[in-house]
Amino acid sequence: MSLLEVSNLNVVFDTPDGVVTAVKNLSFDIAAGETLGIVGESGSGKSQTAFAIMGLLASNGRVSGSVKFAGNELVGMSDQQLNRIRAEQVAMIFQDPMTSLNPYLKVGEQLMEVLIHHKGMDKASARAHSVRMLEAVKMPEASKRMNMYPHEFSGGMRQRVMIAMALLCDPQLLIADEPTTALDVTVQAQIMTLLDELKSEFNTAIMLITHDLGVVAGVCNNVMVMYAGQTMEFGSTEEIFYQPSHPYTGGLLESVPRLDTHSEVLAIIPGNPPNLLHLPAGCPFQDRCDLVQEECRVSMPQLQQFAGSRRRACHAAIEMVGAL
Amino acid sequence: MSKPNDKTMLMQVQDLKVHFDIRPENAWPWVKPLTLKAVDGVSLEIFEGETLGIVGESGCGKSTLARALIGLLPAREGKVLWLGQDLTQFDKKAMRSKRQELQMIFQDPLASLNPRMNIGDIIAEPLETFYPHLSKQETKQKVQDMMTKVGLLPNLINRYPHEFSGGQCQRIGIARALILEPKLVICDEPVSALDVSIQAQVINLLMELQQEMGLSLVFIAHDLSVVRHISDRVLVMYLGNAMEIANANQLYTNPQHPYTKALMSAVPIPDPKIERNKQVELLLGDLPSPINPPSGCVFRTRCPQAMAKCADVVPELQALKGEAHRVSCHLI
Repeated sequence: MSLLEVSNLNVVFDTPDGVVTAVKNLSFDIAAGETLGIVGESGSGKSQTAFAIMGLLASNGRVSGSVKFAGNELVGMSDQQLNRIRAEQVAMIFQDPMTSLNPYLKVGEQLMEVLIHHKGMDKASARAHSVRMLEAVKMPEASKRMNMYPHEFSGGMRQRVMIAMALLCDPQLLIADEPTTALDVTVQAQIMTLLDELKSEFNTAIMLITHDLGVVAGVCNNVMVMYAGQTMEFGSTEEIFYQPSHPYTGGLLESVPRLDTHSEVLAIIPGNPPNLLHLPAGCPFQDRCDLVQEECRVSMPQLQQFAGSRRRACHAAIEMVGAL
Repeated sequence: MSKPNDKTMLMQVQDLKVHFDIRPENAWPWVKPLTLKAVDGVSLEIFEGETLGIVGESGCGKSTLARALIGLLPAREGKVLWLGQDLTQFDKKAMRSKRQELQMIFQDPLASLNPRMNIGDIIAEPLETFYPHLSKQETKQKVQDMMTKVGLLPNLINRYPHEFSGGQCQRIGIARALILEPKLVICDEPVSALDVSIQAQVINLLMELQQEMGLSLVFIAHDLSVVRHISDRVLVMYLGNAMEIANANQLYTNPQHPYTKALMSAVPIPDPKIERNKQVELLLGDLPSPINPPSGCVFRTRCPQAMAKCADVVPELQALKGEAHRVSCHLI
């Protein structure tokens, strides 16, 4: 059984301009110890998927469908029950570590609070455990740092605090929402190396949300590509990078400049992502797709399984995508 | 100074320093302020029609340097020679007349556009400043031509910035910068706020327009892959100092400075096999404070190959294999 099973997840928001469907019919699962990368551009619904799983949607958001964590249904669960699962079994780290830490509390207090609340530890053992965790995320002078405030840390160090906090209760799943986007490349490399080491040490499954294909290539086992709230394609990292089966994935890979090669002109995906308020009928990618057919304007292609565990949602034949 | 190629030198920067005085909170009024050395002695040249990339981590002084180049920040020391004239000696009025030749594109596409002006007015504003005698019709024609050039439909001239997406807003920013037909455009992280697919569109547009109009670009970005793609030459900065400057291909295939090597190895490559097998040189620790930079070489506190000499002697930017590749390191 998978650790996390998401099926037919929908997230809609009531806005003054109408109902926005941020996530539509999303299904995927994550096995214990696996790293799943969720890739997509802004507005593709990747963060909202994470928020929906964690029950952290904004007040105008509504969820339908099913999110099963270790067999327990999370959708519709009471806040009290969710609070036990959050932090203890599923933890999340966010893009901006400064706004996710409390600026008024010492880092040590924020870490200890988690243990005292969730594990019922006393202060002394909570402190000892927190220091050990800070050491595990390679924080220099960990016990001294416990008495410092978030503003005294650099961005990379703050993200280490967030990761330490997320791992305090030994969660089975870590949701990382763009954990390195706000960081410099050298710090990003430090953090990604750290996450990879912690994953093998604690056997934590990771759901990594990012727009950086390079980061995905480095650490993920499987990749899901999202566009306008829907899955375009799902497969192993090698399959997605070497044999993309959806024109959007192919276009995305082509349009990233690479450090290791030099190309004269970058391939582009023409046009702009669609407005979620006025999605076209059929496939949301139709206006930017090189392989658009009559059918694409009428009906959204079903997510279909092929070649083992791969899935794709596209009317065009796979051979045509490969030939692009 | 001899030229690495036959192109004319537009700008020559000599030992430029941009410092800020910082008064600690609660300090007594007579306490001497601390000095933050944002840019501490950078020299470079910009040639006609080329793209000079500037890379480095946040806080390395790349944006400060760019702003000082066009007089948006005062230089503490050093010279910025624009076609032989020292811009740092210009007063506000004289500087303004030069702005026609020196333009800038900013990082946040929406924040750099006035939300209460329609885009026709935004793009026309530089024209009205420098060519007040143009008739309304002529101005509008020029604006619409420019809009077409940057890939915006001319009939959108009366729309407001909030009606456009990030990529389109950046096109408006580009149109505004290019309408005066400048010689040099400073692009400060122009694509960092954009999605991958839109980023590629804007990069291609900038490269096309550069060819067409013979522009020189200073392209600042923290994304090394983007800088490699667009630049002819690249300057690597660390803590206000130039570490290495070289032709883009040379720098990327044969980096010399330990910092450049570490920086490059940290860039993720979107290819699972390559990415998983590459050797990353992890830098230890964080960027030191520019208020109290390390003595000698500023990189020595994080350098894997630091020697005793590095703490005492500031390395000079030295030429390697002729003029084009220069490195500031005692190992060279």
